[in-house]
Amino acid sequence: MNLFADIVELTKRKTWMVLWGFFGLGVVFWGGFQWALAVTNTETFCISCHEMKDNVFKEYRETIHYSNRTGVRATCPDCHVPREWQHMAIRKIQASNELWHKLLGTVDTPEKFEGKRLELARHVWKAMKDTDSRECRNCHNFNTMDFTRQGMRAFDFHERGFSQNKTCIDCHKGIAHALPRGMTKADDTSHMQ
Amino acid sequence: MNKRMWPSIRAVCLVVFLAWIGVSTAQGGEVRTLRGSVPLDGADNAPELTKWMPDSHPLPRAYLQQPPLVPHQIESYKIDLRQNKCLTCHSWGKAKETRATKISLTHFRNRFGSEMSDISPQRYFCTQCHVPQKDAPPLVENTFQPVDAVVQ
Repeated sequence: MNLFADIVELTKRKTWMVLWGFFGLGVVFWGGFQWALAVTNTETFCISCHEMKDNVFKEYRETIHYSNRTGVRATCPDCHVPREWQHMAIRKIQASNELWHKLLGTVDTPEKFEGKRLELARHVWKAMKDTDSRECRNCHNFNTMDFTRQGMRAFDFHERGFSQNKTCIDCHKGIAHALPRGMTKADDTSHMQ
Repeated sequence: MNKRMWPSIRAVCLVVFLAWIGVSTAQGGEVRTLRGSVPLDGADNAPELTKWMPDSHPLPRAYLQQPPLVPHQIESYKIDLRQNKCLTCHSWGKAKETRATKISLTHFRNRFGSEMSDISPQRYFCTQCHVPQKDAPPLVENTFQPVDAVVQ
């Protein structure tokens, strides 16, 4: 009880100082954590690796998610990092594996990247399929999608696709990056009645 | 002056005259090209900005043996070694479910006349013949006419 009394005595004298100290530390650490998350969630950060800049980023620059009529852009993290905190934390931890392979130089030449592209693409397709294309739906919401304002083909496919429980990635593979070589029939999930 | 020299004198005059015409037209910049009067070593004028036509039903042919036009936008559709975006709908395997026009059976014949099991490599690059349309006036006038049998 002596120790407890001592602590009480200490805090009585320095309560406000201690409280403010903890508060300040909290602000610094939490702010720093959020800042680190925000910085690693930018396109600039993603393409600071030449593996991203020279391969997938170059391809993405020719697509509608980079340049379009309204000027709204979807950058790397918009599609590849979940928005909800718990999913984002998991994805960020998984990214440590990518750091490891950066050190190993697994895909540090265009040839090596091409060699791994099918495997890497399948990972992303599986993740998209498992989450029902969650990252697509951050912007593209079925409930507010007006088929009648779409082109004839989009109208037809979306109407049929949604009624057959398709998810975005089933048909929209390779919309932001080049498709890999060596895709098999099983990789084509766009079949519908 | 010898009368026999007249033909050669006339020929020389003609050559000089034609050369003069050639030089004067070239200097006057009257050689007509799609570039207009922009000098060959100068930067071309920026093309007028035009829009792709919106999706529509199949377009009628404008002349006999015209390759069918693409009645929809094909922006960012890639045709290369890895992929042929056109074939994801227009191939025989997919055409029924996508309700697209099947590619012609003639496209399965290679240049030696052999029938292949899939599209012939020489027909692989669809946009060499099949083109989408823009809302723009024709670059040069023409008198091509569809024949009645194709129109109706």
